[in-house]
Amino acid sequence: MVCIGLTCELARQKFAGLHAAQDNTATMQTSRIVITGAGLTSPIGNNLAEMRASLLAGRSGIEFIELRYVGQVPAGVCRFDPLKYQKRKDVRVGTRAGSISIYCANEAIADAGVDLDGLDRERVGIYVGTTEHGNVETENEIYNLSQFNYDTKFWSHHHNPRTVANNPAGEASLNLGITGPAYAIGAACAAGNAGIIQAAQMLRLGEVDVAIAGGVSESIHTFGIFAAFRSQGALASHEDPTKASRPFDRKRNGIVVSEGGCLYVLERLEDALARGARIYGEVASYHINSDATDYVLPNATRQAACMRQALKKGGFAPGDIQIVNMHATSTPQGDIQECQAVKEIFGESPETWVNNTKSFIGHAMGAAGALELAGNLPAFEDHLVHPTINVEDLDPDCSVPNLVLDKPRRVNRVDALLNNSFGMLGINSTLIITRYTD
Amino acid sequence: MTKEECKKLVLDIIADIAPDEDLSDIKPDVRLRDQLQLDSMDFLDIVMELRKRHGIEVPEADYIHLASLDSCADYLTPKFQALASK
Repeated sequence: MVCIGLTCELARQKFAGLHAAQDNTATMQTSRIVITGAGLTSPIGNNLAEMRASLLAGRSGIEFIELRYVGQVPAGVCRFDPLKYQKRKDVRVGTRAGSISIYCANEAIADAGVDLDGLDRERVGIYVGTTEHGNVETENEIYNLSQFNYDTKFWSHHHNPRTVANNPAGEASLNLGITGPAYAIGAACAAGNAGIIQAAQMLRLGEVDVAIAGGVSESIHTFGIFAAFRSQGALASHEDPTKASRPFDRKRNGIVVSEGGCLYVLERLEDALARGARIYGEVASYHINSDATDYVLPNATRQAACMRQALKKGGFAPGDIQIVNMHATSTPQGDIQECQAVKEIFGESPETWVNNTKSFIGHAMGAAGALELAGNLPAFEDHLVHPTINVEDLDPDCSVPNLVLDKPRRVNRVDALLNNSFGMLGINSTLIITRYTD
Repeated sequence: MTKEECKKLVLDIIADIAPDEDLSDIKPDVRLRDQLQLDSMDFLDIVMELRKRHGIEVPEADYIHLASLDSCADYLTPKFQALASK
């Protein structure tokens, strides 16, 4: 943990102590949690290096797709090879979210150098954040049914295993033979962060020894998500799809929906060190709260409270954070709300830089938090803050100090990054990851 | 519809249901499950595809007749012929 506001030991104890039950073990009280592997698929790359290269080159991954009933819409499409880890039959029987999850989980394990055969697979957990699951499969079945005069005897027996909420985690469990807890975390678009947080908590509780966690999304395959955003006046449109996702721009007009996934391998520090693992970063702090004010409208006060609490739990001052990755989805109102919250907390921190990954990849829904963290994680090594693209005319209401636009910003060092992910029904999540130092 | 044509239709379905399998050397008198990686959900897929593609209904009590290609042909060919004569 990099601790600027407090001493390292004090901050760690403070954070762990907030979560420690009175009668729990030393493991829970003392464990530091680190990220040792990453597996991802995104519209701009299928691993950390590819994604980072696209972000630093200013390369958008958004394109037009044709969607049943909805027509042409901008979207983020992933082009990984599912057959790298699945048989064709498994792809046919399973779901797109399952394939994304399987790809990311396998890539993360390989990246971490974890030898599953040398582990008790009962002690490995899979925690997959999802915004929604089952819309794609249900829409497909209803469409299929429409070809048979809506006679339900043509409804697939695969429908239930495809649509249970734990499907993406369960498919990864089946694929990898992992017999520990494997389930989904439903937290709207805060789910990617929530998956990582769940992993940290379960590792601290001593429930598992290795956690595979993050988020996935197959949402571009459901017309309902697009149609609902359009009905809400929150679906992006632009004649050039690569410019459709443009948070903070005065002419932004909504969300670009994307598919994607990012799962990390997380371990207790002592376990990671014992096996000589490379450490990408440390889960230094986090917080999740709720607005309790509206179904869809964000709440700047509660977002600020979430960030403030995450800082406090980790013993950080705002100036201790070098990168703030904003959730901003390119909606007219949502971006302003979050900018207010970020300005309130980081407005007086001249060394804190602010960016947005959705301008490149769109909104990957349940994967957003985890994927956007992946977009910034390499900054610990290369000291570059990736930019926000597509801001041609900055909205004055979004003029957050130190917003990095168009070109990467080189900084002296990156010790801590703060990752925001917020979702419908007013769920807010903030994750703080630090560069690992002993 | 001959029994050989019937077997071909069943194999077409299996090719879609079990795309990783090599179907070039299927023995017609041996249980499909003993030659291919097929589970109970796959047999339900075969039943569903017979319904969707050909309008053939296979009641649950008759699933046993789908055990091998030969038994499929014995059971399904009359059904195909009955449909054709309608």
